[in-house]
Amino acid sequence: MLLDGGMTAAQPRTDLRVALFATCFNDTMWPETPKAVVRLLERLGVRVEFPMDQTCCGQMMTNTGYAGDAVPLVRHFVDVFEKYDAVVAPSGSCVGSVRDQHPMIAHLAGDPGLASEVEEVRPKVYELSEFLVDVLGVTDVGAWFPHRVTYHPTCHSLRMLRVGDRPLQLLRAVEGIDLVELPGAEECCGFGGTFAVKNADVSVAMGTDKAEHVAETGAEVLVAGDNSCLAHIGGILGRQRSGIRTMHLAEILASTKENPA
Amino acid sequence: MSIGPVQETSPTFVGMPAFPEAAREALANTQQRQNLHNATHTIRAKRAAVVAEVDDWEALRVAGADAKDEALHHLGDYLEQVEESLTANGAIVHWARDAAEANRIVIDIARAKEVDEVVKVKSMATQEIELNEALEEAGISAWETDLAELIVQLFGDRPSHILVPAIHRNRTEIRDVFLREMARFGRPAPDDLTDDPARLAEAARLHLREKFLRAKVAVSGANFAIADTGTLVVVESEGNGRMCLTLPETLISVVGIEKVLPTWDDLGPMLQLLPRSSTGERMNPYTTMWSGVHDGDGPQEVHVILLDNGRSHVLADSVGRQALRCIRCSACLNVCPVYERTGGHAYGSVYPGPIGAVLNPQLRGTSSEVDASLPYASSLCGACFDACPVRINIPELLVELRGTVAEQGGHRAESAAMKAAAWVLSDPRRLAVAQKGATTAGKLIGKRTITKVPGLGAWTDARNLPTPPKETFRQWWAREHEEGGQR
Amino acid sequence: MSPSTSAREEILARVRSATADITSEPRLIARSASGSLPSQLAERAISRAVGAEEGTLELFAENVADYRAAVVRVPAAEVGGAVVDALRSAGVQSVVTPTGLDQSWAEAVGAAFDVVTEAAATSAQQLDQVDAVVTGSAIGIATTGTIVLDHQPDQGRRELTLVPDTHVCVIRDDQVVHDVPEAVTRLRTAAGQQRPLTWVSGPSATSDIELQRVEGVHGPRTLVVIIAGTP
Ligand code: SF4
Repeated sequence: MLLDGGMTAAQPRTDLRVALFATCFNDTMWPETPKAVVRLLERLGVRVEFPMDQTCCGQMMTNTGYAGDAVPLVRHFVDVFEKYDAVVAPSGSCVGSVRDQHPMIAHLAGDPGLASEVEEVRPKVYELSEFLVDVLGVTDVGAWFPHRVTYHPTCHSLRMLRVGDRPLQLLRAVEGIDLVELPGAEECCGFGGTFAVKNADVSVAMGTDKAEHVAETGAEVLVAGDNSCLAHIGGILGRQRSGIRTMHLAEILASTKENPA
Repeated sequence: MSIGPVQETSPTFVGMPAFPEAAREALANTQQRQNLHNATHTIRAKRAAVVAEVDDWEALRVAGADAKDEALHHLGDYLEQVEESLTANGAIVHWARDAAEANRIVIDIARAKEVDEVVKVKSMATQEIELNEALEEAGISAWETDLAELIVQLFGDRPSHILVPAIHRNRTEIRDVFLREMARFGRPAPDDLTDDPARLAEAARLHLREKFLRAKVAVSGANFAIADTGTLVVVESEGNGRMCLTLPETLISVVGIEKVLPTWDDLGPMLQLLPRSSTGERMNPYTTMWSGVHDGDGPQEVHVILLDNGRSHVLADSVGRQALRCIRCSACLNVCPVYERTGGHAYGSVYPGPIGAVLNPQLRGTSSEVDASLPYASSLCGACFDACPVRINIPELLVELRGTVAEQGGHRAESAAMKAAAWVLSDPRRLAVAQKGATTAGKLIGKRTITKVPGLGAWTDARNLPTPPKETFRQWWAREHEEGGQR
Repeated sequence: MSPSTSAREEILARVRSATADITSEPRLIARSASGSLPSQLAERAISRAVGAEEGTLELFAENVADYRAAVVRVPAAEVGGAVVDALRSAGVQSVVTPTGLDQSWAEAVGAAFDVVTEAAATSAQQLDQVDAVVTGSAIGIATTGTIVLDHQPDQGRRELTLVPDTHVCVIRDDQVVHDVPEAVTRLRTAAGQQRPLTWVSGPSATSDIELQRVEGVHGPRTLVVIIAGTP
């Protein structure tokens, strides 16, 4: 099919060996997201593997001041993923950690071997919207989601990965969607990992403002590329009994008429 | 050779509460929050507009960072050069290892001039060393002449923003303090003073003019000190800077050693980066450049005090030294979602906001409660790095400093938890076992909402918790792909 | 603090040990007595300073006006009249004139106002009694609407353009450059011959009270810029 933007739907990329990095948080707390990635990619003709040995990128340790403790995780990460052509993860934050922090951690470990492995693996790691738009060259993934939706660009997607409007390109092409702009979209929601607990008052103040903006849009669904931020904003929206649902981008893109989300 | 010492935390800030407590108090101050919200959002928009006018802002940022790095990487050489050029231009150069030494030099000069007052241009370095307090103790009055600093001084307050230090005060409060306090220090405010900002500015003009015309000694900082020409630069808006830098007979400038720029031409990028990032203007109203003593024009006795006060300590850290590129524009404050809500006082220093969260623990070490808490006063959203005209990677530095704080211990439970988590997460089998806990909870809770969990009050006081699933992704995948790993 | 080492020696030692990991050579340390640029730097400066672009003057006038200075454009021969007009509409009575001010402007001003010469104005207190100053200028910068004074005899000592409340400033159109780096390059002088510089972009201003911009705090509250055509 040919789309407005002149972009064709993905050709099956059977030539690529693609791994799913679910991320430890999604794996444990939000399995629907990686499941949606699998459904979506398979629908687009991509054979995706889930290496069962995978664990975690180490971001939590690094950002809390325990980069040393993250060294074995980085080592493990490159061991698990180095044999793949591409690694897809439904988390801007974890991909940001792999891309921006793994080299620093390898450096810290004083292990040049690890550093060079990191350099080899990290350019192959993609956030979901990057993989779809840049690697598969697709913006219309054939999704159907007849709801009013607003999109929050999470900080790490926005400023570390610079995914730009890729998620919006993907969302705009979803059939039936009513996509509304989020005021103050680029402002942080206040999650920030351990910040949410260590500076809970400020975190909640930020999240409350974000939730207010979301409510202003009249959206039924708040979508983002990171479930951790969504848990924070959603936790506030839930406490306010706003009735607004939060969903990961992957789940909307995986939704079809036959198998609606 | 040993590394330079950290600076001593001044008595004003010793014993400040950790950031989260100070922040809680600030958050409760609705008036201040509203002022800050308006201020930061207004400057943000202005900055964005003038930055967009520049063809290649990114190239400018790189040039700015590069100039500062060149100076910092070879700081010993450039300091010697700036000393030589300044001396050749007729200035007298002094060196101060710490705040006490710098203050003593200023006091000695003022005493030699037999004055009991000095006029001052807004300067972060002199605030850092608490020069005004030191002068006062020596019986010398220091008159702040920047409008906001004057307001802060009349209130007996502390500044809350680098650029607009009185941003936490509104116009009515300012009128009241002018009426109440100005007469104690000089020309009183007119009786019919209103809270119209133009009238308030006029009152300040008249109050200060008498001091400018009378002052024999002025104290300033400098935005830049140019090594090859021996020139100091002060960037300002109101003209109080020009008054201080031009009219008195003696001028004393306290200049942090990191203010050195290698060459005159570095002003090209810097004078484009600073005003646009700072006040959101294409150019600030006034910039003064002086190269020592100019015959028959301006102060005929010019002193420059090169101040270390912890900077050489920061310089010794190969990652952390990038913070010394800071040109104090305050762009990072204005885009910071944390600063916007807490204001500047919670940072327990004259340097607030994202750069303060980095610079204070770097300069003062992390032994005090407030300094140890500052690296965590950020959600690491990265807005500061994007805005910084000299590309200081503030999130990276915060993470590095968290490492320093973690290393010094004190967070024992957290450290143990991180070690345990790393142990679990470095092995998929251990992870699978640990995940059982979550799914068991998930099965128990079912579809109910979690609003309270003992020990998780920091989260659940205002937020529901996500409900854990009954099955992890890993378990689902194994079930779906029984023959192992692939379909 | 050990009394045996001076602060200078100690700070330099600390700084050198802090940067001991740096292996590169300082790039720009060669200060030449003539003040000419090291070659790499000269190239950088020149590539940025490719002449005035189309519309530079218009942009200059626009940006000066944008900072709420009054802008007047006149042929060179009419500057004297324009200066007098500007001073009249500012309602001034006394004017200080720098020693090297253009003879014809000085005469025009002298015919209409009480004039104090730079030589006669020996103190700031005295200048505080004068209403206005008329000067030439060194450079104008279009993208920022800036006037740079280098306080040559046609501009006078710094206090002349600071204390009186009105400043009428004349700039020839060939003194206007396009952007900041070009101005910086032009303003570089040989070692030992540096001039004090004042960069003026609009009248003084403050936004210290609730961020509301107020024009005019301590510097001249009225700034008139007269752009003179090249004769
Ligand atoms: S860190 Fe950067 S943005 Fe913040 S004040 Fe310094 S120079 Fe400006």
